[in-house]
This record gives sequence, C-alpha cells and structure tokens, in this order.
Amino acid sequence: MKFSLEWLKDYLETDASVADIASALNRIGHEVEGIEDPADKLAGFRVAHVLTAGPHPDADKLQVLSVDTGEGDPLQVVCGAPNARAGMKGVLGLPGAVVPANGMELRKSAIRGVESNGMMCSVRELELGDEHDGIIELPEDAPTGTSFAEYSNASPVFDVAITPNRPDCMGVMGIARDLAAAGLGTFKAPEVPAIEGEGACPTEIRIDDPEGCPAFYGRVIRGVTNGASPDWMQRRLKAAGQRPISALVDCTNYLMLSTGRPAHVYDLAKLSGAVTARRAKNGETVEALNEKTYTLDDTMTVIADDAGVHDIAGIMGGEHSGAGEDTSDVLLEIAYFDPTRIGVTGRKLGLASDARTRFERGVDPAFLDDGLALLTDLIVQTCGGVPTQVVRAGEAPNQPKVVAFDPGLTARLGGVDVPQDEQRAILEALDFQVAGDWQVTCPLRRHDIEGPADLVEEVVRIYGLDKVESVALPRVEGVARPTATPLQQVERKLRRAAAARGLNEAVTWSFLPTADAEYFADGAQLWVLDNPISEDMKAMRPSLIPGLLSAAKRNADRGAAGARLFEIGRRYFVGKDGASDEKPTLGVVLAGEKTARGWSTGKAVPFDAYDAKAEAMALLEAAGAPIDNLMVMGEAGDQFHPGQSATLRLGPKNVLARFGALHPRTLKEFDADGPVMAVEIFLDALPAKKGGGSFARAAYAPPALQTISRDFAFLVPGELAAADLVRAVKGADKQAIVSARVFDVFAGQGVPEGKKSVAVEVLLKPGEKSFTDAEIKAISDKIVAAAAKQGAELRG
Amino acid sequence: MTDLDQLKTDALTRIENAPDAAALEALRIEFLGKQGSISGLMKTLGGMSPEERQVQGPLLNGLRTETADAIAARKEVLENAELEARLSGESIDLTLPAPETPRGSVHPVSQVMDELAEIFADLGFSVATGPEVEDDWHNFTALNMAETHPARAMHDTFYFPQKHVDHTFDNAPNTRMLLRTHTSPVQIRSLVERGAPIRIIAPGRVYRSDSDATHTPMFHQVEGLVIDKGIHLGHLKWTLETFLKAFFERDDIVLRLRPSYFPFTEPSVEVDVGWEDVNGRKVLGGDGDAPGHGWMELLGSGMVNRRVIESAGLDPDEWQGFAWGLGVDRLAMLKYGMDDLRAFFDGDQRWLDHYGFSAFDQPTLSAGVGAKA
Repeated sequence: MKFSLEWLKDYLETDASVADIASALNRIGHEVEGIEDPADKLAGFRVAHVLTAGPHPDADKLQVLSVDTGEGDPLQVVCGAPNARAGMKGVLGLPGAVVPANGMELRKSAIRGVESNGMMCSVRELELGDEHDGIIELPEDAPTGTSFAEYSNASPVFDVAITPNRPDCMGVMGIARDLAAAGLGTFKAPEVPAIEGEGACPTEIRIDDPEGCPAFYGRVIRGVTNGASPDWMQRRLKAAGQRPISALVDCTNYLMLSTGRPAHVYDLAKLSGAVTARRAKNGETVEALNEKTYTLDDTMTVIADDAGVHDIAGIMGGEHSGAGEDTSDVLLEIAYFDPTRIGVTGRKLGLASDARTRFERGVDPAFLDDGLALLTDLIVQTCGGVPTQVVRAGEAPNQPKVVAFDPGLTARLGGVDVPQDEQRAILEALDFQVAGDWQVTCPLRRHDIEGPADLVEEVVRIYGLDKVESVALPRVEGVARPTATPLQQVERKLRRAAAARGLNEAVTWSFLPTADAEYFADGAQLWVLDNPISEDMKAMRPSLIPGLLSAAKRNADRGAAGARLFEIGRRYFVGKDGASDEKPTLGVVLAGEKTARGWSTGKAVPFDAYDAKAEAMALLEAAGAPIDNLMVMGEAGDQFHPGQSATLRLGPKNVLARFGALHPRTLKEFDADGPVMAVEIFLDALPAKKGGGSFARAAYAPPALQTISRDFAFLVPGELAAADLVRAVKGADKQAIVSARVFDVFAGQGVPEGKKSVAVEVLLKPGEKSFTDAEIKAISDKIVAAAAKQGAELRG
Repeated sequence: MTDLDQLKTDALTRIENAPDAAALEALRIEFLGKQGSISGLMKTLGGMSPEERQVQGPLLNGLRTETADAIAARKEVLENAELEARLSGESIDLTLPAPETPRGSVHPVSQVMDELAEIFADLGFSVATGPEVEDDWHNFTALNMAETHPARAMHDTFYFPQKHVDHTFDNAPNTRMLLRTHTSPVQIRSLVERGAPIRIIAPGRVYRSDSDATHTPMFHQVEGLVIDKGIHLGHLKWTLETFLKAFFERDDIVLRLRPSYFPFTEPSVEVDVGWEDVNGRKVLGGDGDAPGHGWMELLGSGMVNRRVIESAGLDPDEWQGFAWGLGVDRLAMLKYGMDDLRAFFDGDQRWLDHYGFSAFDQPTLSAGVGAKA
C-alpha cells in the first residue's frame, strides 16, 4: 500500500523524518518496500513568470520568451508550446535539471540560432499526467521563484507491505495509529461530522442474506455534480497509485485508502425498487466495472434491485449503475460483508479488487456510521448535493473479543522481559482495553487477535524485537547418534560414489510433459496437475530417465561430445489409497562419447550397455546391496533396447535396478541422438543393511594355504547366458570353489556354428591340507559335469 | 719388470679395453678359465718348494684376484652402457596427454543440504522428510490456514484433481491433493510421528506456480522445528545466528528481526541479515545499518502457533517452540556465488563442472562444512 507523508500527517502529529518513519514501520511489522520522494525528481524546476513572448526569427512554431525566475535577470528561453504567452506562470526547468519523463539533462543551448536557458515544461514531461498539448499553466498567484516541488506540495511516498492479518492498516489511519503506539507521534482521529440529512432516504434498503451481509447502511445525496475531483485529492490518489476517475469514484477510493473502509456509490437514476443484499441466483450475470461479465451462483452475495444485480457484494460494483458524468442523485452503500463469503466468491470468480482485499481480511465493524458520514462529507464538499437521512439495515458484529492475558507470557514466549505497566501502555496505545485483572478487550477491527500469543506479538513488536536477546538452545543430553535416516545415509553414499565415478549430479524438474511421463509410466497412475505453469511441466515424473535424457540432449545441442549425468530424487505415483507414493530413486544417463578419439585409443568410443552395467553394479555396491547375490534378468521395460538391457534382482521378484541401452524408439520420442545408456536404481527396494548395529566385524581368519587356479574352456550353445554357466560351475563344489570368472568369450573360426567358446577361471581353496592331484581331478570332473548340464562341453 | 708384472699389465689393459660382454667373457676364459694362463700359473704352485711357494703364492693369488675384480668391474661398466643404450631407444613423448578420467560433481543444492545436516546435527537436530505431493490439510489447514484464509493467496499452489482422506487424523477431511508449497507440512507429520520434544530440519523440494528471473516453479527449502518446554524467541534468534555463522564461517553475521505474519507462527518474525557491498557484490556479514551495508530478507520464522501444535495432537499449554523456513537454493547462491536460479535445474554439464563440488568435499565439522573455491 502506498501513501504520501502529507496524507499520513492528517492522522499523525509528528516531526519524525522520513527515514525515522520508515525505520519505525519496519520495526513494527509494516515492511517498507520503497520510498519515493518526488521532490528529488523535481529538483531544478521552479515557478517562473513569462514576461514577454516574441516570434523566433527562424522558426514559425517557436517563440522566444523572457522569463522571470525570481532571482537575477530574466532568462531567455525558446519554447514551442502554443499556449506560451506573456504574463502566464509556468514551470521552468533550469540547466542541470533532469526531465523526469525522459531522463534528459537540460543544458544552456542554441535552438535554431537563438540562445535558450532552460525549458518550460508540460504535465507529461514532469510525469504529473498525460497531457502534452502545451506547457503547464499555474494560477496567477503562484509565487515566482518557488521550487516547483514545494509549490506542488510534493510529498515523499511510502510503499508499505501490509500483512494479511492487518486489514486495519490497509488505510492511512490505521498505519498512523500503529506508528503513534510505536512512539512516532500522536494519533489524530478523524473529525467525523454530524450530518443529520434532509428527509428520509427515498430508497428502501433490505437484507435478505443476513449471513453474507449482516449490515447495510446507506443514504441518498441529491443534486451532485460529478466532475473531476479536486487537485489535493488527485495528488494523494496518484501518490497511492490510484488513477483519478471522477469525483464520486475518487471520493470512495479516497475514503478506502484513508480509513480502510470500502464503499460504493450507485447512480440512483439506474436503480428501481428496493435495494437488497441477497444471494445471487444460479446463472445470474452482471457486468462489473472492469467491463467483464461474471456469471454468479447462489453461494454469492450481491446487491440487487428489481431489475437485477448492481454489485458483486464487497468485490466490485456493476457497470450499469456506476456513477457517470451525468449522475446527479446517488445512493451511498456502506456495508459489512462476511469475510469468508467474500474470499470464496472472489476466488470462484477469479476477481481481485481493493475492496475484496479489505473485506475478506475483515474491515472495522464499528466504522459503518463514521465511514458513511465521512463519505457524505467528502462528496458534499467536492460534488455538492443534499444528503438525506441515513437508512440502516442489519447490524455489524459488535461483541468484542476478551482475552485473558498473563503478562508473564511475554517473557516465556517472546523471550523479552517487558515491565507490566509498559505492556499495559502498549496495548492501550493500540486501542485495547486492559482491565485490572489483565482481561484484555480487543478493538473490533483487530480480527487477527485470537489469543494471548497475539497479544505477546503486539507487545513485543511495539516494544522492539531488537531487544530480544539470543539465548543458547540447551544441548541435547546423551550420546550423539546419526541424525540422518538410513535412506538419507544411502543417498549420501550414492551421491559421493557416483560423483567419484565421474558422473555429474543434476537436479531436474519433478514434472514432465504428459507425453514424456506417460511414455515412462508403464501403466502406473500418474499425478497430473490441474493448473500447470506450462504443458511441459504437467505430469509428475514416473522415472528419472526422461528428465536426464532431456538434459543430455540439451548438452548435445550445445555441442557437448558426451554427457554423464545422475540424479537422486523421487518418482511420484498415485498410491493405492489415493495418497502419494513417492519412490526414492537414482537415475543415470550416459550419452554420446565415453572416450574422445585419442592418439593411443584411436576413434571415439561410445557408451555401451556394459558401461551402464558397471555403473549399476558399482552404485549398488556403494549402497550396500549384496551384489554377489544379484541375478541379471530381463524386463527392463519397453523404453529399453530389448536385447541390450536387463534388470538386477535380489530374488526373482525384487528388482533393485534396471540398466542398458535405451530403445531407438525412446530416442526418437525424445528427439535425442543415440546410443544412450541409462540406469535406474530403486532405493526403496534395497534390503536393509545387516550387521545387527554392531561396529565390530566378524573375526578375520586368513586361509592357511593359498588358493589355486584352474582354467576351463567350454563349448556352449550360442544363446546360453554366461551367468548360467558360471553359476553351474560355482555350484559344482561349494566347499572348494571360491569363485569362477569368465575371462574369454569367442565365436567364429574354429568354433562350430551356433556355439561359442567360454573360458572360465576357477579359484579353489584347499582345506587343512593342500589338494592332491586326485582331489583336483575329482573337483574338475564335477565342474565339467555341472557345466554339461547347461549344454557345455570341455574343449579339447 | 718380471713376467708376472708383464702379464698383469697386459691382462688389465685388455680387460679395460674389452669392447663388449662377449670379448670380456673370452678374456675371462683366456686368463681364468680352466685352461687359462693365470689358472695355468696357479697350477705350477704345487711343484714349487715351500720357500718358493711362500714367495710366489701371494703374488699369483693377488694376480688372480685383481684380474677377477677387473673383469667384474668392466662387466658392470659394459652392462650399464648396454642398459643405457637400450633405454635411450625406449624414449617416449610424455607431453602427450594421459588417458583422461572424467571428473564428476555433486550439485550445489545437495552440497548445501549436506552442510545444513552437518551444522544442525551439532545442535541436536535430525533430518526429517515428507511427501511432496501433499494434501491440502497438511499443507494449509493444519498450519492454521483454513480454506478461506487470505494468506493462501500468498502461495501460488499447484493442484491435482484428486482428493484424499488422511485416516491418521480424525479431523483431517477429504482434501484436495497439491504440490506442497513449503516444507512446513513436515512439521505436522514429524510431530505426529515422533511427538515432543523434537528438533528437526526438513530439507526438500517445494513448488509454487511462479516463474520469472528469480523464481522457478520448483525450488528447495529447509524447514526447522523445535518443540520443547520453555522455548522462546531468544532461542530462535540464537539458533538462526549460530547456524548462519557456522554456514558462512563468519563471526560477524548480524540478524535483524522484524515482526511479520505467517498463519502457522505467533508471534511471527521475518529475519534480515546484514550484508556489505564488496566490489559490487553483497557479502553477508556486518551490521546492515553501517555505511555501505544493507539488510536482506533471508527467512520467515516464529513461535509455532498453538493451533498447529493442537493440529499435531499435542497440548499447546505444555509444549511450545519455534519454526522457520529458508530457501536452500538462495543459501547456495549467497555462499557460492551463483547468480541465476534457473541454471540450477538445467543439467548443463558446463555449469555443473563449474559450480559442482568434488565427491571428496564431504562437509564435516572437523574439516569445515564449507568447500572453498
């Protein structure tokens, strides 16, 4: 909310400087977002008297003026305005002044060969309005030589953010009251004139919806003239960022900005019959003052007459009955609307207004009569006319809240010890009534006060939050234990392990274009936003791969030869009970070149599915998964290359990860160049770490005898998975065989069609004594026999 | 000169001049082999008289030893020369590049979250989490923002069409699902799960329907919550001061508390931190009121509203405490100097290389929670 210092001084008697007021506003919770002093912009402009005006020797449209600036000899000024003439008073910009509208610095110069010592200014050049037909004409009695800033009463403007709990400060008066309580001066309550009025109000006012509109007061003023509002009012409205419209509208805006009290003025000629606060009918429409038509429903309160709706109550008036140029008789409306109703209606209609902002937060229920009197006075002063008596329907809430307060709470909650008499003084300065037993009666306008904590806030903010001293939080008793959950610990290990392996951690959006999300959904139910910020950010991701793939593509588009990205984050699904099912996941995308072309390695090497497997295995190991027990199985998903992808499982059902080359169709879908490898590790599927919470490892017993190594070369069917052969070999003698490892795979020349040669190195661990030749022969026979069951035969 | 002297001179000269290992071996055989000349002379000792032998024995033995030593010395010289000759042929150009290992990195948001966890662990705070797809009740209502609360307008909320009932609460109605607009719903979830006393931080993703130069629809916050007995605003101030000093590793961090409004705290406090203009950049530290200094808004906080404590099923007359919410991305930017929030979420490898952290920059109290440039 914006207001000028001169306006504030209507309600606050103070000598405080602008800086002191700003600092106090910040201190008491009204954040100053900006201060603008128009005098800064108007420096160098002053009231000047045009003594003579004559033609320019070389230009028809220019005149040469002699201007009295109030000091020294008159200055010669060249001017192109048609209204420039001898005897007039205007505003002269002297050399060195900067024109507010365009930032140009004025200089002494020659215009078409004639010296000019400044510029006579238009309204627009000084940013005082849009007019640019000629130069500003000041009244004859404007004192020549006065700075224009001073002459025009330019006053510093504060821009203050009012928090939603303080509608009482959405008017200059309320801010003044708070500042006075903070010691910045004396609060001056407005002088409310007693206006009896002539004759009864001719319009009947009725409330058919007492819930939505508990109180509706009004009166008619006859014979008004709705011209332009007076300069002083326009000046203040402009300072507040309001465009002057017409005297009647300006008066209601002025009342609202001064006191926080919205009001409405109807053109009486456009009304017929009783004016009623009622529920709207379903489908009823009204064209509002913003020239948009709104369709209403029966949850909304409106002000209507026999003919139809004239006001979306408390939000915006109707175009039809609004005050216009030829309005002569008006009906004033001052009402109290239910804040909740206003909020709901405003949200439903998507309609914001200054009135709604105040009504939905809660206006002062005790300010209806005063507000009506002040508005009547403003209108009569500016537009003339004769008011009738006031007509009232209903009653605004009038039971003040009483809070049982314990002043000791200020120290216990607020952390600052404020003497009791000071607490009492602060509350009373804010218009609370404090009884001897600390029963505190709240002003009706303070809708935000719910209980003692709110009163602590009032005391502390006025007393000074800066007086709250830091007090150390007591240390937690006992031994420090990990503060991260097991999952968080796994995520941290994975993050550092992945980075150590050369992967770059990315953070990508949780939302995706719906098509991308659905492509990776595998039939799961997705969360799709009702109100996305764009179609590209609509569906919550069911996989980390699409976001990383898009990032890899962006990198490729920027000329990167390769990308190795990972992300640790959640996948989002609709859970069985409709709750959110968020699965912690690690995703990796390897795209483009694995190694660039090199002097020793030759051509660039792209990533392949084994690189994806390497990342999957290494990261699973870092996460503490039992990688020796994992099975490599299929069904990585349709998004993957069917022959170059796999899942890693612990048992047949529990999928810990999937990896491999992405399907060419996937790459096409994402417009990415391939091949691209991807890994996804499902952190929620990882088994809990075993070890019973003990730090001690099992005792280390080094084997007494060295292991011995034997190689076996098998001819196996081409389609046999190496892992199946290895598993068979390892299982041949679980006692003796420590490990079996494929060290060569070969097909082609010398190997029969449809077969391949697989060579396995087997490590044997002797028991108490070294193996005899016969024992080794027996183990070898078992290995060969086990392999034979997989269709393998020992090569000769 | 005796014959022996002559023989010795001759042998040593020839050994010294032997051009290669083969020639040296030939000389060894010639002098010391079974049929060698010196071996032959040694054999004559047997036929000598004891007196003669006493004279000739040491001379001949000396000759043999000297010759053998000379051969060994020459052999070493020849071998060294041969090795050098071979190695000189094995020279390679070590200015050529070695095979490259890619350099990975940790994202600044993760790094800062790890730093937060470390600092707050020292203050007794554990790390909590909650769902990002939330229900309206946890995100708003339980935090004292009922359906019609005007403060909801301050949150540009992303909504889903679905509704959901949380059966944990008798009073949690069928409410609409949304993307959490702040990390504050974790306050409710943690209080319900763990009860009081409690000290937690809750970092994570949050969402607002807002996008411009300084806002992204997704960003990160860290929530803090302390509920205990006898906790007041002074503790809040100390905690935030202590945290910020540790985070920026500066003793001169100055906070300015301003009254504000959040429905879930009462009293509510906005916290500004003083900064100093250092070469056109705002560097945190110092009194914001000093010349060349200023204040920047850093976070919102306050004493937890008793209604929130009630929402979580606790007795607000027994338990009280404070909470805050703070932008993690912003903290990262202030500490590490990034100036564009949107770049955080682009996955540009160049940016990640530039601003990312080494895997080994694990924040620890002993080595420092911050990673110097």
